[in-house]
Amino acid sequence: MFRSTKSWRVVAAGAASVLVLSACGSTDDGGDDDGGDGGSAGGSGACDQVLAFFGPETGPAAGLGAPIINGAQLAVDEYNADAECDVELKKFDSQGSPDQAPSLATEAAGDETIVGIVGPAFSGESAAAGPIFAEAGLPTISPSATNPTLADNGWDTFHRALGNDATQGPAAAKYISETIGGKAVFVLDDASEYGAGLAGIVEEDLGDAVVETDTIQVGDTDFSATVTKVTASKADTVFFGGYYAEAALIVSQLRDGGFEGTFVVADGVKDPGFLEAGEAAEGSVITCPCIPADDPAVAEFAAAYEAEFGEAPGTYAAEAYDATNIFLDGIGEGIDNREDMLAFINEYDEQGVTKQLKFDETGEPADVHVYAYTVTGGEIVPEGEIS
Amino acid sequence: MNFEFLFDNFAQLTITGLAFGAIYALIALGYTMVYGVLQLINFAHSEVFMYGTFATLWTVMALTSGDVGGVKLISVLIAALLASMAVSAVIALILERVAYRPLIKKNAPRLVALISAIGASFVLAELMGLRDRVTAWVGLDDNFDEYVSGARINRSMPPIVDNVPITVFGWDVSIGGYTLKSVDVIVIVSAILMMVALDQFVRRSRLGRGIRATAQDPETAALMGVNPTRTVQLTFLLGGLAAGAAAFLYMLKIETTRYDVGFLLGVKAFTAAVLGGIGNLRGALVGGLVLGVAENWGAALFGTEWRHVVAFVVLVIVLLFRPTGILGESLGKARA
Repeated sequence: MFRSTKSWRVVAAGAASVLVLSACGSTDDGGDDDGGDGGSAGGSGACDQVLAFFGPETGPAAGLGAPIINGAQLAVDEYNADAECDVELKKFDSQGSPDQAPSLATEAAGDETIVGIVGPAFSGESAAAGPIFAEAGLPTISPSATNPTLADNGWDTFHRALGNDATQGPAAAKYISETIGGKAVFVLDDASEYGAGLAGIVEEDLGDAVVETDTIQVGDTDFSATVTKVTASKADTVFFGGYYAEAALIVSQLRDGGFEGTFVVADGVKDPGFLEAGEAAEGSVITCPCIPADDPAVAEFAAAYEAEFGEAPGTYAAEAYDATNIFLDGIGEGIDNREDMLAFINEYDEQGVTKQLKFDETGEPADVHVYAYTVTGGEIVPEGEIS
Repeated sequence: MNFEFLFDNFAQLTITGLAFGAIYALIALGYTMVYGVLQLINFAHSEVFMYGTFATLWTVMALTSGDVGGVKLISVLIAALLASMAVSAVIALILERVAYRPLIKKNAPRLVALISAIGASFVLAELMGLRDRVTAWVGLDDNFDEYVSGARINRSMPPIVDNVPITVFGWDVSIGGYTLKSVDVIVIVSAILMMVALDQFVRRSRLGRGIRATAQDPETAALMGVNPTRTVQLTFLLGGLAAGAAAFLYMLKIETTRYDVGFLLGVKAFTAAVLGGIGNLRGALVGGLVLGVAENWGAALFGTEWRHVVAFVVLVIVLLFRPTGILGESLGKARA
């Protein structure tokens, strides 16, 4: 275009300065000018606030994301019905994968209107996205991520609305040795942050009862070597730490291979997708820190959920409802920025539908429960709390 | 390294490994034939296989309700097999027409065709993964709801075939202490039969001779009266039929599929084709079976999480000592 190098230098300098100036211009001032702080006169909450769901909306574990989204949506809809200013619920679809989480987290953190995250739903993505949220000061309350080490990272923004695997693991081990009476246990995991963590805790707690362990990969479809190991070890119980897609295939191939003992799994498998294994899944035991839908404490919530979505609440719907309500209570008091919201959550001490909601310094809830379920007659049926 | 476990369960590990290896071998046939004739790695062949699995799934879903046994079971299985082979063949032919023929006609570099193959692979996989939206767009989502729902999660086939130990007159048929299971035997036997049939077709029939001639020297073959376009179409067709058969057997064994099930299997099958000697039909058979067994043995020795690593390490080691693969020769050099 231009003949002389000098003209090119001018153009380059001009382009560079335009880029630099535009970067300066878009930095947020942090906070709205209107509304300000303490606008709680007459019970009106802060306006233009956004909450976000972070987790699998699509993907192989999407079944676990849908009830969480619905539970959060129900809470937001109930709030918006009475409030002057509506709260919006955005969704960030990470597909439950730690690979997609960081870039989505950066996007969420960069959106200053978002004052809280309901999520991340899975432990793997929580580990990947946690540092980004902590740095941006964006408070998160996960309704379903159970890996205990998440709370040890020193993230101020991390909170959990349910018991973690440090309680679920020992509860599962206790249930296996006392209620099921398993004496030779085969511990299997799927190498994921959640599955391997939980299986490790169960293995430790079962001690000598564990005859053999193995690891599979998420996405595998043929488990013949694992089945051979299980039958060769003569185990009477198999514990699998992982998600429902692999669990359905594993239990089906185990039954084909002649395994007749009990198949024990945890909250990552508590999804109708596990029932695709049909008859093979009958009699399987599922542990979960999630409250059963027929528990009287959640009866009102369950009725409202069914009225809005036409089905009984799924796994972690009630926990997501509680988590979202914590944020909504904050917004209702006029909080419109992340710092104040974080302080509000750390001071929070109210009865939610699932438990007394109060967080300790690391973000763990004070009140935790683990429940057992079995697959009976093609349905996942609650068996009560594991005490 | 858990040698004791391997030796104690040698028969079981080998036989289940052969069963999965037979599936690899059938898929590998598609890769090896297309490479032999066109020197093109057909990355989209894994999706040809995946569509076959869905054809099997949907046929079985459509034809069964409740229990099936006896004659009905055989009819359903045959219908599923034919549907799977037909759908895979059609997808393979469409692939050839849309993704490769324009490039081959223009004598484009093989790299361009390879990129086209990768693109076609993604398009086909995502089409299946978004089938619920596609059907909603044409307004047919209510009619086909059961078939297109759960587009991105595992879909299971109704369990019509039981994987039972084989008994002849009350005696368990067993090898080395392991009782053979019906599905494994069906898979291995069917796969070998189909491969032998394909191999004989390529060796003895006129069309097969045309394929071998084109693989050896396309210009001379054309001068000798072999229609190059038809030959290429036939190659893709045969690969598609083999993939369709593999898909049917895969569904018999695993009973579950998903829109991206082709990816890992495709990579493994291509590995099997290279392991056995790319361009060599018998090599595909050998490579597939060896890979399936090696994976199982490796999983037994080192732990199931090393299964995929073992498969590729075996490939590297074989290629180090025998760069042309186990059987080495290519399609063009096969003896008449």
